[in-house]
Amino acid sequence: MQVELTLQAPPGSDYSARDLGHLLHKHPDRVHVRDAGTGCLTVFFAQKSDAETRAILHLDVDPVALVRGREGRRGGPGEGLFGQYVNDRPYAANSLLSVALGRGIGQALAGRSKERQALAERALPFELRVTPLAVHGDAALITRLFAPLGYGVEAIPLGETGLRAVFDLKLTITARLCDILGHLSVLIPVLDDAKHYWVDDTEIDKLVARAGDWLERHPARELITRRALKHRRDLVADALARLDLSALDEDAVAPPAEEGAMEGAREAGAAGRGASIRLHDQRLDAVAAIIAESGARSVLDLGCGEGRLIRRLAAQAGISRILGIDPSRRALEAAAARLRLDEADERMRERVRLQAGSLTYGDRRWRGFDAATLVEVIEHIDPARLPALEAGLFGDARPGIVVVTTPDRAYNAAFAGMDPGALRHDDHRFEWDRAEFAAWAGRVADRFGYGFEIRPLGPVDPVHGAPSQLALFTREVGA
Amino acid sequence: MKITIPDFALVLLIGPTGAGKSQFARRHFRETEVIASDHCRALVADDEADQSATEDAFAVLEAIAGRRLKRRRFTVIDATSVRREDRARLVALARRHHALPVPLVLDIDPQICAARNEARPDRAFGAHVPHNHAKALRRDLRNLGKEGFRHIHVLRTPQEVDAVEITRVPLWTDQRHDHGPFDMIGDVHGCFDELTALLDALGYQRDPYAPGESLMGARHPDGRRAFFVGDLTDRGPRNVDCLRLVMGMCAQGQARCVIGNHDFKLSKWLRGRKVKLDHGLDGTVAELEACSPEFRAKVADFIDGLLSHAWLADGALVVAHAGLKEEMHGRGSAALRSFAMFGETTGETDEAGLPVRLDWVRDYRGDTEIVYGHIPVAQAQWRNNTLCIDTGCVFGGALTALRWPERAMVSVPAAREYAPPLRPLRSPGPDGADGVVLPEAAPDDAGLLFFDDFARKQRIQTRLGASVTIPEENALAALEILSRFGIDPRWLIHLPPTMAAPPTAHDGSYLEHPDQALAYYARQGGGPVIVEEKHMGSRALIVVARDAGAAARRFGVTDGRAGVVHTRTGRAFFADTALEAQVVARIAAAVVTAGLWDELATDWLLLDAEIMPWSGKAQDLLARQYRPTATAAQVSAQALLEAIAAADDPDELQELRARAQSRKANAEAMQRTLAGYCWEADTIDAWRIAPFHLLAVEGRVLTAQPHHWHMQTLAGLCAQDPILRETGWQVIDPASASEREAVVAWWERHTAQGGEGLVIKPDAFIVQDGARLVQPAMKVRGRDYLRLVYGPDYDMPDNLVRLRQRALNRKNSLAEREFRLGLEGLERFVARRSLREVHACALGVLALESEPVDPRL
Repeated sequence: MQVELTLQAPPGSDYSARDLGHLLHKHPDRVHVRDAGTGCLTVFFAQKSDAETRAILHLDVDPVALVRGREGRRGGPGEGLFGQYVNDRPYAANSLLSVALGRGIGQALAGRSKERQALAERALPFELRVTPLAVHGDAALITRLFAPLGYGVEAIPLGETGLRAVFDLKLTITARLCDILGHLSVLIPVLDDAKHYWVDDTEIDKLVARAGDWLERHPARELITRRALKHRRDLVADALARLDLSALDEDAVAPPAEEGAMEGAREAGAAGRGASIRLHDQRLDAVAAIIAESGARSVLDLGCGEGRLIRRLAAQAGISRILGIDPSRRALEAAAARLRLDEADERMRERVRLQAGSLTYGDRRWRGFDAATLVEVIEHIDPARLPALEAGLFGDARPGIVVVTTPDRAYNAAFAGMDPGALRHDDHRFEWDRAEFAAWAGRVADRFGYGFEIRPLGPVDPVHGAPSQLALFTREVGA
Repeated sequence: MKITIPDFALVLLIGPTGAGKSQFARRHFRETEVIASDHCRALVADDEADQSATEDAFAVLEAIAGRRLKRRRFTVIDATSVRREDRARLVALARRHHALPVPLVLDIDPQICAARNEARPDRAFGAHVPHNHAKALRRDLRNLGKEGFRHIHVLRTPQEVDAVEITRVPLWTDQRHDHGPFDMIGDVHGCFDELTALLDALGYQRDPYAPGESLMGARHPDGRRAFFVGDLTDRGPRNVDCLRLVMGMCAQGQARCVIGNHDFKLSKWLRGRKVKLDHGLDGTVAELEACSPEFRAKVADFIDGLLSHAWLADGALVVAHAGLKEEMHGRGSAALRSFAMFGETTGETDEAGLPVRLDWVRDYRGDTEIVYGHIPVAQAQWRNNTLCIDTGCVFGGALTALRWPERAMVSVPAAREYAPPLRPLRSPGPDGADGVVLPEAAPDDAGLLFFDDFARKQRIQTRLGASVTIPEENALAALEILSRFGIDPRWLIHLPPTMAAPPTAHDGSYLEHPDQALAYYARQGGGPVIVEEKHMGSRALIVVARDAGAAARRFGVTDGRAGVVHTRTGRAFFADTALEAQVVARIAAAVVTAGLWDELATDWLLLDAEIMPWSGKAQDLLARQYRPTATAAQVSAQALLEAIAAADDPDELQELRARAQSRKANAEAMQRTLAGYCWEADTIDAWRIAPFHLLAVEGRVLTAQPHHWHMQTLAGLCAQDPILRETGWQVIDPASASEREAVVAWWERHTAQGGEGLVIKPDAFIVQDGARLVQPAMKVRGRDYLRLVYGPDYDMPDNLVRLRQRALNRKNSLAEREFRLGLEGLERFVARRSLREVHACALGVLALESEPVDPRL
């Protein structure tokens, strides 16, 4: 990957373009090679005239060290993509380049020049080229980030574009060199959206130092902050506070889709995250009320996720036993933390248990409960595997009542900006309308000896109905 | 004096302190069989004589004894046990584990005991103690029988004690020495015509029928024996004839029989006890009343001699009328006898007035096969290694026999309905759920597996040597994957093992080369090896049945599908189910035209295959990882070359340019290689399916066939349809230098044209080297293909030297374990083991795949 930096000195300028060597602290007649941590940074000059001088900064990343670490120990600095030798890290501009710039031309980045300090503090006409540049997104994103800072932007896609694309980026601007380098070192990793190192709160300091004076006025500041801090919500909030951006749309810190595993990410996207949270709270309150009304003393919460329903149930005095089941270990850890099970007294720990489990397997630990709840869960199961859930829950465990909630597809039209036919969440395997849900509930009730009723769930829209629907199954006496 | 004790019993050594119990125990029993209360006192209190520790000591004693009995170990309690309440606790313990409590009383003169105690420094508790013990003991001795003991042995003098010889004998129900073969026959209930027809169908030669009371025989020319699961009489038309035939066959050793509830009730009547003459007993009684008293006495003796159950064939088989829980096999107790005759009921009755039964089969997890009758079912079907063969003959169903160990069934329909069925005979769901209170056994409970059976550390015994351990963490990870993405587990009979990588090439510009793999196999001396072309696509397992009906019968899946295509992690291969159905149908048609259904005597088969194009399945990986990488690598090198061209050209830049040039060439080689694996696959005809193993068919895992048989057979299949792609192969002797060279030449040619590489395997499917397996397969990947694994520049000299440091042991050990586990799953499936046992293996392979192993190997 490389950055090409061209300084122009139009006729009549009071400086020579060759002064670029002074600004970069690199002699234009030499080749400068420097170990930049993750690879080798070579700086040389491809054109040297008083009118136009071009510096080439080429970073040659060691692909083996990236995976194995520099001393050949197991595990390189990165995880995920970095655990693979086949990735664009060694070749396309990304956070490795930012680090290399810091090491290779740190003085210039800081705005210092031994011989031409006055020039370093002046806005000068530059042309830049960054190639290849890895982008998580499209050309419009590049423009969205650079244009507000005064750049002329030309981004040429290389090869296919898709979720990840590679660009040849050309920029023009008249600005101080240190500002340009600051923009690049912040925005290149933001475009790439995958930092090669672990991000912690010292990252906020770096961000504030390099972008403090322009980020707060940048229209895409939330996106930049979020990506620069690797989507760590806690850090983002902190950083935005330090950048004095308190008037912030909550949407900006919404988690990426995979984090909200059991909740409708598109509900968040379409209706705003705050609205989505309120909707989910309403669902949980409604289910908790049904459980309270039923007089159930033991409750099995299938797909308990982070334990939001369990927290409500644990507050009900009549309930002496709650078992939360979720296939995801991460969700169970989050639930244990949310419920503070570690610090709870013995009585609470006895009442509330969390266990790994699967809804497409039966489970003998599910037997003997008064009630079972599946809140926005069944739509995450392949329709072909639903019979296994039915047999395990209604056939084998046979709780006294079962509460099932699921989105009502008819309501999707009420979400602005949602494509017709799209589902509310990437992991939803189906979304039923009222007739489909009722048909399923009827079949299950009939086969396993349960009665059932169906209710709308959530605020009812006069046209589209309620966002979710709820079925309450009651085991028939003697069945 | 000779004493006989069952070899599974809880022996109570009873006697006053000083009676010589411990010495006796040392002489007659193994040290580990004896649990002494003194020892337990010492364990909890560091003092054998600390009476304050008695309660804790007995808790330990009972805990140890309980665990031993649970494991069916002969156990001796060395405690005084002179008080009735002490014995009662031990009797209860024995009963809990269905063990016989056997008292061995050392009723020794308390003065002798006292004298012995005085001689021992650790027993300073005075002479009154043995006297009190003896007094308490003698008070109860006469009534010991009422405490629940059957065989009571009392030794009264030191001389008698010294002269005792103890012999251990197996329990009656322990028939492990008897290996059959058997023809197990369901509830006869007086259906004599059907019984004789069934025996004829099974090949028995019957004595000609003669009226009267004489017993009749029937023998099988191959020495097979009939095995009746009980309920010989009641409701049917010819109860006495049935008794005459079964009793005759048993008397001559041509048959065996366990007791059923109807037989038990009949014996009560025969012994003159008052019983209600209902449920068909009235008809049997009427027939018997016309017989001689001698015949009735014979029947009574016959029934009295019947076992509650038989534990057979080294523990591989149990026969019991109403089935038997695992913790009861080969044991004896009143509760066991009752379970074996009546099953387990809740005490409630259902709408038909019949007892509500607990579904013990649902929770049965044993390896022992259990054959039983008692509850009529419409069709005999294996469920969790158990089989109910009462197909309701007397209710107009059929009389069914199971040939064991062949596990083939033979059935004779009832001539008519002799009694109205108590409830409609249920057709069991594919998992055969019967006797449950469900209003109707739902066809979909099939495939219901229990999470708690798998969510723990497991050790899976495989046929190919050692057991394979699945850590709990890995099992949970695999369960999460399967529950989120897996196909119906009834289809998932096999997941393929990972494949070993060859020892790393140490010179030249190669990381992998055929030389090392061939040298490995030459060293192993496992005979000829087969070398096969390796396709670059996605691995797939393909189950194909003759039609949907055949699939439903064999796999129990009734969704109308005739097969599936799934990935190596158990996901559906094709997101589009219509496309999947088309692929299955095309392959099924090819199987027909190739004549394989008949040739292999099967109506389903399992193929292991590679499906191309790679881009068909890996779109996402290509878009996110491979294409951007190749593009970025190419552009990066190109941009540098252009910049250098525009610069003055100092020496330092020449070196940089040379490097950029080779990087550019590498990137372009990667792009070319990638392009070869990608094409549009929007219709079925664009796909290519290359099967390379024909893993299993009905009744057989085809690992006895050498690989070249698989390749030949599959070539015949591939010739039938252009979407099927034949795989190139040759068999060579790895010890021959010229044949090795030919392989190297082939590999170079093949990979130069963009081929992924070659796979080398022992031609014999399985080669064992003691407890270890010779690697069942090794892949040798081509130079350019490896750019897709290690990155475009992997073979630049300074990279290669580091990449050669790769740890293969873990990967290769994993390949071996997964191979054993994968085949074990198939063996279980073809042997019709329970879905749980089959699933454990597939899940196990997936669990092992979550071990941290270098993913590039």
